[in-house]
Amino acid sequence: MEQDLSKVTPLVYESRIGVPYNWWAGKTASRFFETIAHDKKLAATKCDKCGKVFVPPRKTCPECFVDTNSWVSLSGEGTVVTFTVVTRKLAALGKRNPPVIFALIRPDGADTAMLHILDNIAPEKVHTGLAVKPVFSENPKGHITDISHFEPV
Amino acid sequence: MENIAIIGIGMIPIKANYKTHNFADMAWETVNAALADAGISIKDVDNVITTSNDFWDGRTISCMAVGDASGVREKNCSCVEGDGTFGAFYGMARILSGSYGTTLVTGHTKGSESISSLITNAAFDPIYERALGPDMISGCAMQARAYMEKHGLTSRQTALVSVKNHGNAKHNPYAQLPMDISVDDVLASEMIADPLRKLDCSPVSDGCCAIILANEEKAKKLCKKPVWVKGAAFTSDAYFLGDRDLADPRSLVAAAKKAYAMAGITDPTKQIDIAEVYDAFSYQELMWLEGLGICEPGQAASLLEKGDFAVNGKLPVNASGGLLSGHPVIAAGLYRIAECVRQLRGEAGAVQKDGAKTAVAQGLNGVAGQSHCVWVLGADK
Repeated sequence: MEQDLSKVTPLVYESRIGVPYNWWAGKTASRFFETIAHDKKLAATKCDKCGKVFVPPRKTCPECFVDTNSWVSLSGEGTVVTFTVVTRKLAALGKRNPPVIFALIRPDGADTAMLHILDNIAPEKVHTGLAVKPVFSENPKGHITDISHFEPV
Repeated sequence: MENIAIIGIGMIPIKANYKTHNFADMAWETVNAALADAGISIKDVDNVITTSNDFWDGRTISCMAVGDASGVREKNCSCVEGDGTFGAFYGMARILSGSYGTTLVTGHTKGSESISSLITNAAFDPIYERALGPDMISGCAMQARAYMEKHGLTSRQTALVSVKNHGNAKHNPYAQLPMDISVDDVLASEMIADPLRKLDCSPVSDGCCAIILANEEKAKKLCKKPVWVKGAAFTSDAYFLGDRDLADPRSLVAAAKKAYAMAGITDPTKQIDIAEVYDAFSYQELMWLEGLGICEPGQAASLLEKGDFAVNGKLPVNASGGLLSGHPVIAAGLYRIAECVRQLRGEAGAVQKDGAKTAVAQGLNGVAGQSHCVWVLGADK
């Protein structure tokens, strides 16, 4: 048997991992999606200790380490805190074709910003501080795309 | 606190694609390099920490598959999922517990084997965010804009980080992308996610790094030139990007403050000789330097323009070429530590900072620097 590995051509083994998941959203996120479906509003949680309003809502205040027990309802109109225009077809974009505009949007009445997509605006017109509103999907499915996108007010 | 030293380092050259090595092969070569550097055998290693990421490795509990190559048989081995600096912190804590005299810490990634955009997309919340299609580049692009707008910085200014680091890499045999480029080259490179262009982004890389930590007794017995851990700390910020002020790296500020307090550093601008920071993107080097207190918020770009962070400047930053010149995620922070060790031992060749006594190395975890780990290392105890 040949003892020298220098003439071996390294092989590549092509494969993939495909595992279905069922992520239980929990009651807090479920209410967020229910509220979109029924009222076309954004449900947000409020920390009773520091008073901060969180959207998307979550059960725990990251600052105070307490339950966020109170709920408030927001229209979803808000402002762009920061954004990027993706122009390369990054694999994470999936079926979306560039340019795709990701933005962190702070809804009026909230203390946090939420990630979503801006549309119906030319990329070069987007700026921080831009006033935007959510456009809701006609057929809500309990999914983040029940907000189709945000667009200028 | 008992004194802890780094008694050995092992690195393999960072490459776009290690066709000849699987990740265990990389670990085998790196662990043996670290043992040789320390002048010890695997029998002198009391316990092992490996750092890895199951999604990148495409294997459940992938640390189990790297154990053989890391000499774990009949040793206590544990794994950290995250940057290697966090693994090293755990390794140090195990020595401080009194149970072990030495810890071997490794970190590996083969970015070449999967699709980093999909791997980092899965770092986002599956209920609220992931299906929108964000990844590390688009997430950090939003941070870049927030930071640059806050301080009125231009792409020309941030591009200078890429020019400096690719140039420094020409002297580093371990670097993947040594390049002579200009600011105009950076600005002419493909726009990926505004304001980040291709040359503002670190490449996808394969690499592995190992360090060996020891308590004072073992360090004195086993090692001629130990490098001492003067301080180490890590802290975290909120998970959701929208919960944070992305332009304010407050968890880094907090970690640096703790590490400096341990190290007796009261003025980092004067007491640190060299820094290796987590420049996954050009803007990040500037932002992290400010978070580390090496300059005031918003001032790093102008100091870079003055030449302060060049190899022959006041405080060389990423003299190794940094992550812009090769970014094996997970191993990345260990490479930063190992590069500081080379400087403090006076072994950094053409990029050696004369008389370097104190160095700071930084690692991070999470999208846009959610948590940071800061190490202050010293040539003297």
